[in-house]
Parts: sequence; C-alpha cells; structure tokens
Amino acid sequence: MNNPVVAAKFEVDLTRYLDPTGKLLQELPKDTQDPATLTSLLCALVRTRAFDAKSVALQRTGRLGTYASSIGQEAVSVGAASAMRSDDILVPSFREHGGQLWRGATPVELFLYWGGDERGNFFANAPHDFPNCVPVGSHALHAAGVALAIKLRKEPRAVVCIFGDGATSKGDVYEAMNFAGAWKLPVIFVISNNQWSISVPRTSQSAAQTLAQKAIAAGIPGEQVDGNDVIAVRAVVGVALERARAGQGSCVVEALTYRLGDHTTSDDASRYRRDDEVTPHWQEEPIRRLQQYLTTARLWTKSDEDKLLKEVNAEIETAAEAYLATPSQDPSVMFDYTYAQLPVDLAAQKRAVLSSLSVNLPQTAE
Amino acid sequence: MSETTLVQAVNLALARAMAEDERVIILGEDVGIDGGVFRATDGLFARFGADRVRDTPLSEMGIGGISVGLAAAGFKPVAEIQFSGFIFPLIDQINNHASRFRARTRGHLQCPMIVRTPCGGGVHAPEHHSESPESMFTNIPGLRVIIPSSPRRAYGLLLAAIRGLDPVVFMEPTKLYRGAREEMLDDGKELPVDRCFVLREGCDVTLVAWGAMIPEALKTAEEWEVKSVSAEVIDVATLKPLDAETIINSVKKTGRCVIVHEAPLTGGFGGEIAARVAEGAFSSLLAPIERVTGYDTIMPLLKLENVYLPDAARIGKAVDRAMAYA
Repeated sequence: MNNPVVAAKFEVDLTRYLDPTGKLLQELPKDTQDPATLTSLLCALVRTRAFDAKSVALQRTGRLGTYASSIGQEAVSVGAASAMRSDDILVPSFREHGGQLWRGATPVELFLYWGGDERGNFFANAPHDFPNCVPVGSHALHAAGVALAIKLRKEPRAVVCIFGDGATSKGDVYEAMNFAGAWKLPVIFVISNNQWSISVPRTSQSAAQTLAQKAIAAGIPGEQVDGNDVIAVRAVVGVALERARAGQGSCVVEALTYRLGDHTTSDDASRYRRDDEVTPHWQEEPIRRLQQYLTTARLWTKSDEDKLLKEVNAEIETAAEAYLATPSQDPSVMFDYTYAQLPVDLAAQKRAVLSSLSVNLPQTAE
Repeated sequence: MSETTLVQAVNLALARAMAEDERVIILGEDVGIDGGVFRATDGLFARFGADRVRDTPLSEMGIGGISVGLAAAGFKPVAEIQFSGFIFPLIDQINNHASRFRARTRGHLQCPMIVRTPCGGGVHAPEHHSESPESMFTNIPGLRVIIPSSPRRAYGLLLAAIRGLDPVVFMEPTKLYRGAREEMLDDGKELPVDRCFVLREGCDVTLVAWGAMIPEALKTAEEWEVKSVSAEVIDVATLKPLDAETIINSVKKTGRCVIVHEAPLTGGFGGEIAARVAEGAFSSLLAPIERVTGYDTIMPLLKLENVYLPDAARIGKAVDRAMAYA
C-alpha cells in the first residue's frame, strides 16, 4: 500500500508503587493506605515464605511429594488475592500458595495436597476456589467458563486466573483470552512472569516485547505491573476486578517477578542458570521492599518483625504436625468419586481392593 | 404417527432437557441461528435464546475448557463438536480435567458436561469427517462414552446423559442421522446408561456392535437366519462404563462371539470386549472370538470408504468362520 494508515495503536503500561529499596514512587492507592492493610500484606508474604520453606524441608526429608516453591514471587498471588472479594473465585496453577493462604486455604490443606492426598484439593474456607492446575495453562479456559457462569447468573463476582510466562505460549491460554474478549467475561488473567519455565528463559519463550500485549490480540486490555511490589499488584488487579464486576469485561495483568528457587524440588536450576544471574534479583524480592517501606514510614519495628516470625513459624510447625498426623485415606476411596454412582464394572474392582489390596484379581471371572 | 430421524431425536432430547432444566446450556460452532451443520440444534436458538444456545468462536479446545468451567460452576453444558475429527484438541480438557474433577476433589467439585459429536463414515464426507475415535475415550476413567444406534436410543440416552452428573462423550453416527428413523414419543423417558441393549435374541452366535454397525449386524442376523444360524445382536451403546455382564451371559449361551466396529482393529474397543468375553465365558466358547473392524490404515477418502467400513457381508463371513468350528 502506498499510503498506509494506522489501523490500530496500542500501549502497555507498567505500574509500580515501591521501588526495590522500598521507596514510595507515587501516592498509595486509597484502599491500601490503612497501616493495618499494609502490615497484613507483609504478614501474608512472610507467612507464604515460611510455608514454602517448611514444604521444601518436608520434601527433603521424605515427608512431602515434589513441591513447587513460590519463593520470590509471593507478591503476585498475595497481591492478586488481596484484591479479590471472598465470593470471587481463584483459579490457580500450582505456585499460588500465597494467594490460596490469603483466601483461607489452610496450611494443612496445602500440605495434604503436596503430600499426595486428594483431600487437600478442597478448601473449606474457600469452597468455590479451584484446586491447583498442573497441565500448564489449561485452566485459563476453566476460568473463562466460570466467568460465563457468573455472567449468566448476573452475579457481581469475578474470577482471577493465575498462570506463568510459559503458559502464554499455549493455545488454550489464547483461546481463553479470546473467549473472554468475545463474550466480555468477568475474568482477570494474571501472568506470574517469573522469567523461567523450568529451564527455558522468558526471552526464548516469545518474541513479544511484553506478555501483557497478548491481550491486545484478544481485544482486552493488557498491562504490566511490578510483580514484586505487592501494593502495585493489588492495585492493578483491584481496578481490573472492579471493571469486571461492573460488566466491563476481562483484563490481562502481566506481573514481572523472578523465580529465586528451583522450578520444583525435583529440579536443579544450576544446570541451566548461573548464580550470578540470580543474585541481583535478591535485591528486588517482595518482602524486603515492603518491610523497608513500612520501617521508614514508622509502621513496622524490629519487635513487630520478631513477633511475626515467631507466630508464623509456630503456625506452620503446628500445621505440619497436624498434616503428618492425618491418617491416610481408605484405599477404596479412589473408586468412590470416579462416577456419580459406582458402576457395576468398577464395583468389582473395588471389591478386589477391599479383599486383598490387589487390583489385579480377575474382575469378570466366571 | 410419523417417523423421527436420529438427528431429530437428538434435537427433541436437547429441547426437552433445556425446557426442564435451565442450567442446560448448548455451545459450539454454528449451533445458534444455523442450528448446527447437521441441524441437531435446529430451532433451539429461537426458542431458548442466545444466552443458552451459544455460538462459540472457532475454538474446540476452548469449547471443552469453557464447558469444564461452566460445569464446575453449576451449569450443564452440552457442547457440540462439529465432527469427531476435530475433537482431539478437547482430549486435554476431557482427560485432564472433566473426568477427574470429582475424584481429585473427593466429591466437592464435579463436571457434568456433555460433548456431542458426529462420528463414523459412510456418507462420503470430506477428509477428517468419517473417523470413529471412541477408543480414544474409553480408556479415560470417570468418563462415559455413549454411541446410540437408533432415534429412540439417541433420545433416551442423551436425556439420561444430560440429567446425569458425569462427563459424557456422546457420539452420533453420521450415517444414521437421517438413515435411521422410527416412530417414537417425545415423552421425556430416559434409557439406562449402564446396560447393553439386546436387540435380537439368538442361540448360535452373539454379534456385538454399536453405532452405524448395528444396522449391518441386524442385516447379517436376518440373512443368516435363512441359513439356520440364529444370531443374538447386542448394541453396546454405553461403551464406558461397560456392561460386560450382558455380553458375557450372551456368549455363555451362544458359545460364539463376533465383535464389529468401524474404528481400526488395534487398540479398538473390540479388543476390550474380547478380553472380557475370554475372561468371563472362556469355557463356553466354541470358536475363537472374531473381530470385524476398520483396518489399521488411515480412514480412506470417499472413493474407498466402503472397502474400509465393515458391512453385513464381512460380518457374515466372520459368522461363517465361527460356525465352522462346531
């Protein structure tokens, strides 16, 4: 074309309130000015890190299964969850312990899941939240489906779906964004961009300048936020949620953070990532900057810190003991929830388990 | 009373399910104003509106995943996948999510969703429009796999599937959409989803089939009756979970078993039925179990599809082989 015209133009904003040293860059959002709110966010970050540390310790001593630590990226899920109302719905992937704990999942429930007990996939205090989703990105569509259910019932609720940078390379994530745009669904997609999908860095994942801009193709707003700034995550997701609840549709929030640990306890990041790449990111992690801001603002003292650590560690230790003392499920339970009612065929297999704990008995023998 | 075709029966069941339960939502490509490419959802958009009869973006995995979310949040989505050749992007959602939700939450969440799709060959359709992928689904715990072979069974089984609480892949034989017709009542009565249907009683051989192979099996049974061979015909219809008992009891009576399906031989669901019969009726068998199936080839295009698809003559040869044993 000789005289091309600009058919469309887009920008991607990046929001940040606290710099890595804890310096306030702009006035705090209205609903985060209360000191009690600010300290509760710090408590949640510290509690998440304590939960992560205990989980890794339990795994290393053979008392938990493979575990995905969220160290360094706690502010993404805590910030997003703190912007939600209790009747909103969280649809997480598998590294959102902070958000789950904020919303009322108990450490015992989370230990149970990671320890290999399905009972940890339901949260009594957050009964509408979805369990973890392991197949990467496939839950983005569930979030869109739940959002459609909310919209059809005309409820003033919204859904928050969290997934990682790797998930944005998947078709199902794009399909979910596209549905959310086409049907104006009340769902917020939060990309917890921790820069690594196991061993593949963000730069190898996509040529896109930002991951937030993937929203633009779906016709929904996309923006970035400093994912190590819990105040910023809370503010940006909060605004998006208000729009969604008011019927104005979906949004993609790319939270920039960093995976300070291994992908999971089965991973050894030193095989593909140099320590000197990781070290500078410890200067940007979310807990220190909020702590420093609160200390400077005279809202937090060393004794507050000591008290918090003592409380949190005691809570997590008690939860770990309760988890370890939880009797296993009856083996036959695995048959009971496969179908709404136990089919005849499966009942025979269940009987075999009950009689001998062996599923290899002939099931239809004469 | 006028006759109803299988696709009309599907339409009647969908309309009744939507009228009796407002949680039932239809979604898929062209299911709205167009009424679906086979007209299975004809008239439903006008009657129930765009909220409940939803044209989706062209997005099969999306249809699957949205249905999982809808179902887990209390709705009863009935998704249509235009042709079974396009169902594969959904397998992730069906296998990893829909079929597992109840078990992995120990009953707290469940996923009562239906995925309807045409299946099978014999209508000279384009590439990817004639396959029979049922055995891709029968290995998935927690899922129901249903394939009706008549208008009444399509109606009664689809109603039961929608009223139930389990995820279901409901495969509708394209060849029978208008090829199968019978008088039937739109009476809201469902059929059991845990029993095979014995369509014809016999004492010499058991023909086990489903979908568009049922008319072929019935034809063989009639033709071989003239040769004094009495064939029992069982429509499996609800493949998963399998009612093995009805099949085993039949073979105990007849001593011979011929299994017929359109899908390829290797890994086909006929292998599972053969194993069950061998386990359950071994001492009654008078002949090796026969399988008459599609070949282990790519489904040919329309010029060769009738070479690929089993028919009454091929089934008859298998019956002859079985009868020759004793």
